[in-house]
Amino acid sequence: MSDKHRDDVYQNLDQVAGNGLLNRRHLLGLGLAGAASLAAQPLLAAEAPTIVTPSWSKVPGRDLSGYGYPSTFAQGLQRLTGAPNPLLPGGGASRSPLHLMQGSITPNGLHFERHHAGIPEVDPAQHRLVIHGLVRQPLSFSYEDLLAYPQQSRVYFLECSGNSGANTAAQASDGTAASLHGLVSAAQWTGVPLSTLLAEAGVEDGASWIAATGVDGASMGRSIPLHKALDDVFIALYQNGEPIRPEQGYPMRLFVPGWEGNVSVKWLSQIKLTSGPANFRDETSRYTDFLADGKALQFTYPMGVKSVITSPSGQMLLRRQGVHEVTGLAWSGSGAITRVEVSADSGRTWADALLAEERQALALTRFRLPWLWEGAPAVLQSRATDSAGNVQPTRSAVLAQYDAANRYHFNGIQSWSVSSQGAIANVYA
Amino acid sequence: MSMHKRSRVIKRSLAVLLLCMLNAGIAAQGTLRLGQPVSEADLEDWDLIVMPDGTGLPEGAGNALLGRGVYEQQCASCHGLSGQGMAGVPALVGENNAAGEPLVRAVGNYWPSASTLFDYVRRAMPPTAPKSLSSQQVYQVVAYVLFLNDIISEEFELTHNNLSTIEMPNRDGFVDHSQVQ
Repeated sequence: MSDKHRDDVYQNLDQVAGNGLLNRRHLLGLGLAGAASLAAQPLLAAEAPTIVTPSWSKVPGRDLSGYGYPSTFAQGLQRLTGAPNPLLPGGGASRSPLHLMQGSITPNGLHFERHHAGIPEVDPAQHRLVIHGLVRQPLSFSYEDLLAYPQQSRVYFLECSGNSGANTAAQASDGTAASLHGLVSAAQWTGVPLSTLLAEAGVEDGASWIAATGVDGASMGRSIPLHKALDDVFIALYQNGEPIRPEQGYPMRLFVPGWEGNVSVKWLSQIKLTSGPANFRDETSRYTDFLADGKALQFTYPMGVKSVITSPSGQMLLRRQGVHEVTGLAWSGSGAITRVEVSADSGRTWADALLAEERQALALTRFRLPWLWEGAPAVLQSRATDSAGNVQPTRSAVLAQYDAANRYHFNGIQSWSVSSQGAIANVYA
Repeated sequence: MSMHKRSRVIKRSLAVLLLCMLNAGIAAQGTLRLGQPVSEADLEDWDLIVMPDGTGLPEGAGNALLGRGVYEQQCASCHGLSGQGMAGVPALVGENNAAGEPLVRAVGNYWPSASTLFDYVRRAMPPTAPKSLSSQQVYQVVAYVLFLNDIISEEFELTHNNLSTIEMPNRDGFVDHSQVQ
């Protein structure tokens, strides 16, 4: 490409913020033609492509299958699992490979996991959900019973309150979007509103909380204020159209939209109406947020407004100069995403990203913005705003609210540095 | 059919229709009433929740002198003989610096209520065989962990009547955010 042609093309691109961020209208098919010709500038010389009829086009393909599975060429798409700790059997977490996925729904096999005592093998025929405590009539429901009730379907994100906690550490770790932020996923969840079942049991005066426990080895429990339980909480039975996976609580889990994932108790078996919180281990010793003054916040439920650029992201490599799409996910436990801004110059200037149309409250929202990279070092960031007016804070602003040891509810802006060689890395900026 | 008879039939049909509509209205609201009634008495052994006020504690008692043996057999291999924890396993004994700031947050300097310790040990510990300890063993080992944290004496008899009265050092250390949305 001649310098003259190159300059002409650049002039046709509408740069809207520093370091090459382009107007989102380019993604709507308006004027990207010029930009596309810039894409052909590989950092490494590429071989000329060979166009032939492939061998698989000359034979019949494989047979049908009862349950589909990914292409053998796509089997690198895996959850990121940590090494098991023999002293904590079944503990730990696996993370969704955010940087390898598109859209805003997580396939069931890639939804993040967090277990405190492994995945129990629950026989639905023997499983019971008991509602008792401060109710007029304690009731026991079988799985079959619950399947008969009217169900509702909604897309919701689920996020562990420890997600992104690695970025509270003093030194930035060399992580990926998955290792740093993969404790968030989204699915279409279907189930029975808890309010329906509570109405049948008859909530007594004086009840102001529910205590929910599961039938895993730890019988993990959490307390939830009654007003939320009567609002949008439901018993999830289906995940993206199929019965929820064992690692998500088969045959049933509580689902508490927008709130830290731990309260959506899996393998749900008990809902006890109480006059106060039970102070379970996982709402006292764990899942409480250390403050600088020595105190700690308890019952911090809604997940803060957050976004992360999933591509380009940590440990990726830009293999050519030219126009790249910056894309990522944004979400908030307080409503819908109304705006995502992207910066390529460490937050000095920002440009509005294009948001996917759905923009459902308490779900993941995909954002995109074209970016012209000409080989100069850059720092990519995204900043989300929700329908309640909350704006995603900087890392330092979040850290200033807490004790240095706190790891929960970190929603600070993620910074990815881009080297002149095109290498992407997690940085604090 | 006479006009009179016909109007009676119509009236009766209307009444039946009205009943049907009422039933349909109930069904539409999802009140299928498929739950099987149970009594709280039936749930007593199954319900493991212990509230901060002691509600849900089984009858029983235990002290740290007897708890030491249970602890050394059931807990020490992971949590350490003195409750110091080890890599990947939480410490049970808290540690503060000279200024009183927490270095290691654990039962003695962080947990707000003794009920949590009983509740958690009974439902979740030990991880290889949760719910295998008897109520008496849970009282004993809870007493021992409280003793390790200098909260009760070695001889103190912990019971279902006095567990909720144990004053945990960090009982006022939490800010309730449950109503902050």
